[in-house]
This record gives sequence, structure tokens and C-alpha cells, in this order.
Amino acid sequence: MPRNILVVGELAGGQPSSTTLELLSGAAGLAEGGTVSVTLLGTGATAAAAGCAGATTAYANDDAGYDTFNGERWLTALTAACDQASPDVILIGQTTAGREIGPRLAHRRGSAVAMDCTSIVAEGGAIKAQRPAYGGNALATYAFATSPAVATVRAKSWDAVPGAAPSSTVALPGAGESRTNVTGKEQVVAEGLQLQDAKVVISGGRGLGSAEAFSVVEDLAAAIGKDKAAVGASRAAVDLGWYPPSQQVGLTGKVVTPDVYFAVAISGASQHMAGCSGSKVIVAINRDADANIFGFAKYGIVGDYKTVVPAIIEELKK
Amino acid sequence: MHIVVCAKQIPDPETPPSAFRIDAASNKVVPAQGIAPVLSQFDGIAAEAALRIKEANAGSKVTVISLGADSAAAAIKQVLAMGADEGVLLNDPAFEDGDSYTTAKTLAAAIKKLGDVDAVFCGRQAADWDMGQVGLLIAEELGWPVSIIAKGVTSGGAGLQVQRVLEDGYENVETPLPAVVTVSNEFGEPRYPKLPQIMAAAKKTVTQWKTEDLGLSAGEVGKAGSRLKLETLSLPPKGGAVELMPGDTPAEQAAALVAKLRADKIL
Ligand SMILES: Cc1cc2nc3c(=O)[nH]c(=O)nc-3n(C[C@H](O)[C@H](O)[C@H](O)COP(=O)(O)OP(=O)(O)OC[C@H]3O[C@@H](n4cnc5c(N)ncnc54)[C@H](O)[C@@H]3O)c2cc1C
Ligand SMILES: Cc1cc2nc3c(=O)[nH]c(=O)nc-3n(C[C@H](O)[C@H](O)[C@H](O)COP(=O)(O)OP(=O)(O)OC[C@H]3O[C@@H](n4cnc5c(N)ncnc54)[C@H](O)[C@@H]3O)c2cc1C
Repeated sequence: MPRNILVVGELAGGQPSSTTLELLSGAAGLAEGGTVSVTLLGTGATAAAAGCAGATTAYANDDAGYDTFNGERWLTALTAACDQASPDVILIGQTTAGREIGPRLAHRRGSAVAMDCTSIVAEGGAIKAQRPAYGGNALATYAFATSPAVATVRAKSWDAVPGAAPSSTVALPGAGESRTNVTGKEQVVAEGLQLQDAKVVISGGRGLGSAEAFSVVEDLAAAIGKDKAAVGASRAAVDLGWYPPSQQVGLTGKVVTPDVYFAVAISGASQHMAGCSGSKVIVAINRDADANIFGFAKYGIVGDYKTVVPAIIEELKK
Repeated sequence: MHIVVCAKQIPDPETPPSAFRIDAASNKVVPAQGIAPVLSQFDGIAAEAALRIKEANAGSKVTVISLGADSAAAAIKQVLAMGADEGVLLNDPAFEDGDSYTTAKTLAAAIKKLGDVDAVFCGRQAADWDMGQVGLLIAEELGWPVSIIAKGVTSGGAGLQVQRVLEDGYENVETPLPAVVTVSNEFGEPRYPKLPQIMAAAKKTVTQWKTEDLGLSAGEVGKAGSRLKLETLSLPPKGGAVELMPGDTPAEQAAALVAKLRADKIL
């Protein structure tokens, strides 16, 4: 059954974000002969539209007023795009912008959204959205009683695929009014390699015992290579002030899918695993042999991180 | 300022996965034996944020509203014990098995009925379904501005100053009133009520409203009014068995691990 899909794109460094490209690849599979369109807002949007592989139409506006995400400004533009594209399905990334846009846009279109989905399929002519619930302890599948079916989608739920550039670009209105105003912004970005880009992520948990103990975890990252490994943390460790919130992995933090994920002194709560269970290999280091994390790990060491992690660093030097 | 806190009672999210059960026939979570339901963590934090504004602004009032069954009164009492002034329970069999949309629509109707509300504080997400949308939908229902995932909220300027958590830092947002704010754990811990406060809250009456009290019809609420239909609820697939690294010393175990990772060509 042909259906029209609209992807709410986002820009990263003047290019469509990696999540946008993943959503476009997912959209191609759901369209079944319908149209795939994409929206891009902010400086460089029109030029970046060419990079939206698989979309037939791009809706864009280069107004710098869109650069800092503002829900009300974006919603006005996205409503205009929806009026023209008449989507049956709207796909949005589970990002800072997506968390706000998803429910509000769905409501304005008279429909509903499923948040933080990990799979969207067309089954018997209907869209089914699957998402973790109960902190990852359960998987829920939803159908939509209203149209359009709106979903925010977790990063890496689809693999980006190459495709043709959009054949037409339609201009959206420039940034309008908003009742809320951003009065200041503070960027807290870890230096060097970003968590989501790292091939290896090493996260520390409450079992480390102190903020200082994170240096052991950082030493392991350095031994693997600063260009390959980044350091994350559990929410328990972040809430204790041991590590910055920008490095939190999990349901309410970042989702990472590295080749190897080291969980050091982390118990493996479902909400933590929601951020790392897509890793190729999970390595657990925990002194409690019954810790939940061993149910997710491919390799495990039962022991005290204080002796185990330095031993791994030593071994890597060989 | 009159602030409404939306508080949801949920199964304890710290329930160990081994005690987590689903009844496939009804698509419902089976309450774990001996583990009482709790106030959703972020809603306690939203209450804390509201109470701090109340304390800083003489003459302010905090009302806590929950949509749920009889047991949800406990969540309301907890927020009353923290210092909220009044509690309202939206309790009607017709509300059952709704979705985020019907939940928000029902809560918004109650907020309209209260009439003099300046702000609504919600948790960033309910720690059971983790949707994170009821606050946003209440704002859309009421036509109010909304700021989500706050780590700080104070009154001032045009209305409220909200510090929001972003993926890569923070941003300060100014919003006029009335407005909706959703609060995140970065705000900090909620206060623990002391025994006298808990006893005083226990004596307070909680107002109960049903569908007709809110000017809604049975077809608009609960399962009948919902737009998202839960089809299946299941346990996620389990990973394979863990391979524990052999060895009597950390050095031997570390050597075994590094050898494995190198053999898999991932390090
Ligand atoms: C709605 C919601 C959202 C949440 N979102 C997130 C999220 O995004 N990310 C997240 O991480 N959590 C999240 N949580 C919290 C989550 O439920 C857990 O509380 C948290 O992940 C626990 O962190 P932890 O594993 O570091 O601590 P703990 O559970 O306390 O585990 C510490 C572990 O360290 C081990 N240990 C102790 N000492 C040593 C030692 N010397 N050597 C080796 N091992 C040792 C212990 O055996 C234990 O297994 C969320 C919770 C809720 C309700
Ligand atoms: C008796 C009953 C049975 C239900 N059974 C099911 C079921 O089997 N399956 C199903 O999918 N849904 C069911 N629901 C509906 C489900 O609980 C709603 O989806 C839920 O109320 C909204 O959850 P959410 O995860 O979307 O909230 P979120 O959008 O994550 O919540 C964000 C914030 O909104 C506020 N909030 C959310 N819900 C409430 C509430 N109920 N009262 C007060 N404030 C609230 C809180 O501040 C919360 O932090 C049921 C609801 C009721 C009342």
C-alpha cells in the first residue's frame, strides 16, 4: 500500500544528521511506492537537502532563526510541510528537538505519537511501532487509530543507505514568532571523541566509589586510544556528581552502539542497558557474579575493578 | 502563583528484572509480589520544583493531580506530605486503558476546571511507559507554551526562567505564564516528608473527579478515546550466555579478555 512518509530532518555541522539519514532509509522501506519527503531548517538547509538520500522532495528554509531549536518556530514550519506533503507517516529522531516535536506535531495533526521507537514496520497494510517500555524490561507494539502515524525513533534503529538526492526543494516559511525565548546557552561537550562516534565506550558506575576513580576508566580509554575510545557513565554515577551528564548512557542519557562497550562497576539496570544494548560486544567487569549486567555481556570478569582494569591496561601495552 | 503538579503512580521501576512479569493475555504487567507501587520518580522532582517556587513567592499554592485508580491516592498523599496544598484524583473506570493523549486530555480538563492555574509541572517522563509526552500534550490541549526536561525552574522575568538539559549542554529559556514545564532528574533530589507532615497529609481529603465532572464524555477518555492502541506487550529477547574469563588472578583474566577481543578483531 503506497504511503507518504515525511522525515523531520535535523542539521549537524551543515549536513543532514546521521539520524536523519537513518530515518530516510527507514522511510524508503515503509513508502511502498508513496513519496518520501524531508524537512530541514536552519543555516545551510537548502544546500544540505542534496545530501538527503532517498527523499523525493525536500522542504527547507535557511533562516538562521531556526538554528537554535525552538519548538513553536519549528512547529509552524513543519505544519506547513505537512499541509503540502500530506504524510501518512511522520518519522522524527529521538533527539532534544524530536522529544518536543513528536507529541506536539502529532497533536496538531489530530493524531498520536509513539516515542523512542526501535522498530517501525508496515504489517498487513498498517503501521506498527515497537518500543521498549518499563525501562527496557518490556517491549510494546502499538497500532495507530488515527493518521498520520507519528513516531520518534531511537538512533541506529536503521542503517543509513545511499540513494538519489531529492529532485525538488520546496521553500518553507521563515522563522516566525515564539512565546518561549532562549536567553542563553551553555555547551558542555566532552573534549575529543564524542560518545556516539566512539568505536569503544568504557562506562563507569556507582561501584567505582568516587569521582577520582573515573581516572582509572579514563586510563583504560587512553590505553585503547583516544581516537577510538570514549568514557561514559551510569546515571547513578552522574547523579552523584562524579561525571558530567553529557556522558550519561541510558534511557535518559545517550544511546551508544560501539563495537565494544565496557561496563565497569555497573549493575546493568534495564534503564542503563537501554543506552548500550545495541553494542556489538559488551564486556562486564563487576565483583558481583549475580549482577544483571552479566545477562547482557558477551565477556565478563568477576572481580574488583581496582585490580582488573589496571591489569587490562597492562595487557594492552603488551 | 498557582502551580499544578501532575503525579503518576507506577509499578516500582527498581523492580529487579527477575521479578518482572507480563500477563500476555491482558498485555499488562503483573504487579511484583511485595513491591508496592511508587510515585514516578520525576514527578516527585516536579513537586520539589513547584514547592520551591511556592516558598519563594508568598501567597502561592500547589495542587497535585493524579489520574489513576484508588491506589493512586497514595501518590497524591506523598506530594501533599511534601507540602502541596490540595490533591485531586481523577478516578473513573472509564479512564482505564487510555493512552498518553487521553491522559493529557483528562488532566487538561481538570486543570481548566481548577480555573486559576498559572503553571503545570510534570515529570520528564513517566518511569513506566517512558513516553515523555503527557506534559507536551497538556500544553497543546490548553494552548500554553511548554519547556521540557528542566534542571532548574524559577519565577521571574516574563514568567518562568527554565534551565533545560540538552544533548550537548544546557539552555536558559524564558516563558510567559501560564505555561507547562517538565522536570528532569538533573534538578536534584526531592525532599523527604517528616512524620508530622505525613500524618497531616493522611488527614487531608483528596477531591475525586469523574468523566462528567470534567465535562467530558465516556467516548473521549480511556480506551475508547485513545489514539494509540497497545497490541502486544512482551519480554525482550534475552542475550546469549556470558563467557567468564578464566584465570586465578586479574592479570590472567585480563590476558584472556584482551586475547578474545583481539581474536574477534574488535580491539
Ligand atoms: C525512568 C528512569 C530512567 C533512568 N535512566 C537511566 C539512564 O539513562 N542511565 C542509567 O545508567 N541509569 C538510569 N536509570 C537508573 C537505573 O535504574 C539504575 O539506578 C542505575 O543505572 C544504576 O547505576 P549503577 O549500575 O552505576 O549503580 P548500581 O546499581 O548501584 O551498581 C553498582 C555496581 O557496581 C558493582 N561494584 C561495586 N563495587 C565494585 C568494585 N569494587 N568492583 C567491581 N564492581 C563493583 C556492584 O556489584 C554493582 O553491580 C534510570 C531510572 C529510571 C527510573
Ligand atoms: C487505570 C489505568 C490503566 C491503564 N492501563 C494501561 C495499559 O494497560 N496499557 C497502556 O498502554 N496504557 C495504560 N494506561 C494509560 C497509561 O498509563 C498512560 O499512557 C499514562 O497515563 C501516560 O503515560 P505516559 O508514559 O505516556 O506518560 P508520560 O508522557 O511519560 O508522562 C509524563 C508526565 O506526565 C504526567 N502524567 C502522566 N500520566 C499521568 C497520570 N496518570 N496522572 C498524573 N500525571 C500523569 C506526569 O507528570 C509524568 O511524569 C492506563 C491508565 C490508567 C489510568
